[in-house]
Amino acid sequence: MTSLPALPTPRKLGLVIDLDTCVGCHACVVNCKEWNTGGYGAALSDQDPYGAEVSGAWLNRVHSFEVVPDGEVVGEAGEARIVHFPKSCLHCENAPCVTVCPTGASYKRADDGIVLVEEDKCIGCGLCAWACPYGAREMDLAAGVMKKCTLCIDRIYNETLDEADRTPACVRTCPANARHFGDLGDPESDVSKLVAERGGIDLMPEQGTRPVNKYLPPRQRKPLSASSGLLAENTSDATGLFGWLDKMLDRI
Amino acid sequence: MHPAPSIILFTTLSGLGYGLAAMLGLGLLDPAHIATKLAHVVALALISAGLLSSTAHLGNPQRAWRALSQWRSSWLSREGVMAIATFVPLTWSAWLAVIEGRYFWLPGLLGMAMSLFTVFCTAMIYASLKSVQAWHTRLTPACYLLFAIAGGLMIALFVAACSGAVERLLPAGALAALAAAWAVKVKWRMRMRELAPLSTQESATGLGYLGSVRLFERPHMTENYLTREMGFRVGRKHAAKLWKIAVSFGAVVPAMLLLVLMVWAQGGMAGALIAGLALAAFSAGLLAERWLFFAEARHAVMNYYGG
Ligand code: SF4
Ligand code: SF4
Ligand code: SF4
Repeated sequence: MTSLPALPTPRKLGLVIDLDTCVGCHACVVNCKEWNTGGYGAALSDQDPYGAEVSGAWLNRVHSFEVVPDGEVVGEAGEARIVHFPKSCLHCENAPCVTVCPTGASYKRADDGIVLVEEDKCIGCGLCAWACPYGAREMDLAAGVMKKCTLCIDRIYNETLDEADRTPACVRTCPANARHFGDLGDPESDVSKLVAERGGIDLMPEQGTRPVNKYLPPRQRKPLSASSGLLAENTSDATGLFGWLDKMLDRI
Repeated sequence: MHPAPSIILFTTLSGLGYGLAAMLGLGLLDPAHIATKLAHVVALALISAGLLSSTAHLGNPQRAWRALSQWRSSWLSREGVMAIATFVPLTWSAWLAVIEGRYFWLPGLLGMAMSLFTVFCTAMIYASLKSVQAWHTRLTPACYLLFAIAGGLMIALFVAACSGAVERLLPAGALAALAAAWAVKVKWRMRMRELAPLSTQESATGLGYLGSVRLFERPHMTENYLTREMGFRVGRKHAAKLWKIAVSFGAVVPAMLLLVLMVWAQGGMAGALIAGLALAAFSAGLLAERWLFFAEARHAVMNYYGG
């Protein structure tokens, strides 16, 4: 059924992604593909895998953005920075990808809010990928069905795995601990607290999709000049070699 | 958006087919004449060809029947249901005209209403997508409907000329529909060009509070499904040229020919030739218009791929 379940769902399982700590290593991208190509649904195919125009279906990708503070002179208003930006399905509460689906293949689970594609029903029309403003759905060109993040549904409820592994592949593998999984519908959960503490945000709130996944914005940084100011301007508490050098130079 | 030939062909052909079916349903043409009988067959053929070409881009066309199930929420599903249901009155009307040479208002008017509603459903598939701002307006279904009506009237005129009877009313009606269609289309395009983007790279990343955001590195080097499907960009120069082609062929040429027919209401060979030329030019212009409809529309996801 592609009508959305009565909202809100009792639980809202999703991810919290920390843009401050992500180092852009793409480990989550690779582990996501690795797990999901052998898991839920058809394998994630690649086209022209060893050729010059290699491409394929991925459920999670890392983009990198450059942010330049606004100002007349580059660097004057602050320093430019690079932000690595992992992106997978946000399991939106008001998911437009679900309601456009003509076959009922796309659906949002009523109990935990996970958005899934039932591949045996999907005709590969691609309309859901058009409806998603985030680019979270990619067609598998070999199977002709739509692929998307499953929130690793075959891990998180999988009792044959160790407790520590019952978390999405991307979360489990992240070396910087930049991805967190939990119930965002429960204000007492670790992820909800993290979002409250760090001021987590929605992507493109103006699209009205009400994403479950949240992003933690990068922390404000101390500019470089603030750390090197000590030696440059104020030498009163310099000691040791620098203190001696300071005194000597003053005498000349 | 990528202008897929199968979708452009589908919307153009089925639009013309449903337009013609609607005019036949109004009973404007002499049902006993061979040209009208042929027109019924042509309308059904255009609609079927359009539907077939629309299944050409599916990944799994063998289960296309499943697309009929979600009419409660999906415009694509509604379109599928309507397309099939509309065959009933249209085939009934065609049967009456072809076999019995008569017109009956019940299947006629029903077929007309259902044909136009099917075109409306097609347009709503695009108009309902908030992620493609250029399409997300009521002007989109208005354009699709008016183009279908104008096209239908022009085919009807051609058929009437072939059967030797052209009254002034038909070319005048076609001209009015054509003018209305292009007026709305021009408004649609002006709206698109003046749009302030709903989403930006800043809102897509949430990083606007730090400064202006620019893509530094794509997630990988080559194209992917998203950039192929939604990253299509047409140069301003080419868009301007194509728009001129669309307007010249789709509006100016047919309008002049329709004027000629209006003043000099003439059936037979000469009339059919003029009406046929108008129709051919209109169809060519419509293809260019449809191509631009896709090629010029920008998808919100491109904020993650550098615009
Ligand atoms: S991120 Fe895209 S695919 Fe995922 S639920 Fe939202 S609209 Fe649908
Ligand atoms: S591609 Fe599949 S899941 Fe997406 S809208 Fe079409 S049928 Fe539904
Ligand atoms: S939750 Fe699973 S499917 Fe989704 S991005 Fe992470 S690894 Fe991929």
